[in-house]
Amino acid sequence: MVKQRKLLSVPYYLWILLFVIFPVLLLLFQSFRGLDGSFTLVNIQTYFTSRVYLTMTLQSFIYAFLITVLTLTISYPAAYFLTRTKNKQLWLLVLILPTWMNILLKTYAFIGILSQTGMVNQLLDFMGLGAQPLLFTRISFLIVATYIEIPFMLLPVFNAIDDINDSMVYASRDLGASEWKTFSTVILPLSLSGVRSGVQAVFIPSLSLFMLTRLIAGNRVITLGTAIEQHFLVTQNWGMGSTMGIVLIIIMFAVMYLTRKRKRGVAVR
Amino acid sequence: MIKNNKWASLYLVVVFILLYTPIAYLIFYSFNEAGTMNQFSGFTLEHYAALAEDTRLMIIALDTIRVALLSALLATTIGTLGAIGIYYSRRRETQNLLLGFNNILLVSPDVIIGASFLLLFTVVGFRLGFYSVLLSHIAFSIPIVVLMVLPRLEEMNENMITAAKDLGATNWQVLKEIILPNITPGILAGYFMAFTYSIDDFAVTFFVTGNGFATLSVEIYSRARQGVSLEINALSTVLFLVAFSLVAGYYFIQKQQRTRKLAHMDPTNHEKAVTP
Repeated sequence: MVKQRKLLSVPYYLWILLFVIFPVLLLLFQSFRGLDGSFTLVNIQTYFTSRVYLTMTLQSFIYAFLITVLTLTISYPAAYFLTRTKNKQLWLLVLILPTWMNILLKTYAFIGILSQTGMVNQLLDFMGLGAQPLLFTRISFLIVATYIEIPFMLLPVFNAIDDINDSMVYASRDLGASEWKTFSTVILPLSLSGVRSGVQAVFIPSLSLFMLTRLIAGNRVITLGTAIEQHFLVTQNWGMGSTMGIVLIIIMFAVMYLTRKRKRGVAVR
Repeated sequence: MIKNNKWASLYLVVVFILLYTPIAYLIFYSFNEAGTMNQFSGFTLEHYAALAEDTRLMIIALDTIRVALLSALLATTIGTLGAIGIYYSRRRETQNLLLGFNNILLVSPDVIIGASFLLLFTVVGFRLGFYSVLLSHIAFSIPIVVLMVLPRLEEMNENMITAAKDLGATNWQVLKEIILPNITPGILAGYFMAFTYSIDDFAVTFFVTGNGFATLSVEIYSRARQGVSLEINALSTVLFLVAFSLVAGYYFIQKQQRTRKLAHMDPTNHEKAVTP
């Protein structure tokens, strides 16, 4: 009887083998192969000795960090205020809805908005600041990436704040804590789990947004994702691309470890 | 508190405007006669007419929907069975290990998934095209289905299964009459998520699509790289309306289910009735 049940899940186990374990092993294997297909450590050596690759990784890291900080500063208050509104679920849905719009269309919109005579520059001109070159700069990459990632931060933070038991808040107020005090000692610590999952959901993808760097940032921003895409699809140097892929995977695990779920939060102790 | 409320609403409205401006911008200029995204010179529907006559784009749109429907269907089937498998693997370590593998593709950056799948297809000698895209979409949609279905299984009242077996139900009957009806909302949510994942995906598809086959995302990317074309704007109006109605429909179905569930609370389920 148990056997029958096990049989049902066979496709799922096959999937794990074929599409989860095997591809990662292939990536690892490929990173030890040179351009001629021989086994070599050259890729790893080049990566760790080349200034270009190392600065690129560092820059990519800094961009992802900035994007995460920006999305968090915008999303946290929004999530907090959302939990206090009537019809919060509907409002949440309205703010999350843009994620269902194709990411490339949203990116494409910014080609118009940030262009030399686009909306932002018309506004700047109107305010007497004069038009600035915006498109194809680093700033534009930050703006668009932040725009795209906001909902992915908003959702987990909202859920965490929404899960906080209201009586905790009332108790704190009853005991004479000011609104700010309640926020900083009750709500903020209890919502950190949501912030952690939000950071996870924003930071890791931000390392790999290659279409943004191509469409919006010209070639001024090169993230790990851009470099990997370049090596796989343009220069066909799969070995080096895989090496960077492995680096990206390591960073991913590091981020996940740092933002892992903690059994006991600060406030529950 | 009241004063605070006003600022809170203002902040939310500002965020709302920020999030919707690019979309409104796209839609607004899709009616622009001038053919640019800067100066609005007059109202026209010519870009929509051009869109309707663009057979290449129409074929690609249909292909995208075909891939999304099929991949979501298969991913939902495999994922649901997988979730049942995880649920029944009694040992905690096995469960955690399986869930760990399950979540790898969920957290991996798209580029990694795309690159490693490209490696996979090349090594196996699979031709890039419709089927490689379909397989990839199934592969990266399965974990989200599992995550949608698993909580429903854990919420299920296990006494029902024991009772069914006591009454002589076969395994197949237990699955069909007890388990599946109980987890249907999870399965539907999983299908919906898998569908949107597939429709939205660009990066993975871009890696495994080869030359002959394209989805809308890939096509938009290559057109956007060539510059502004208001046909894309017209397309985004259409896609926004589709997404909007899908989400609205989903929301109301969910809402209805929630109220219906409250009305028919299962009186036999003591555990659920007692805990708030």
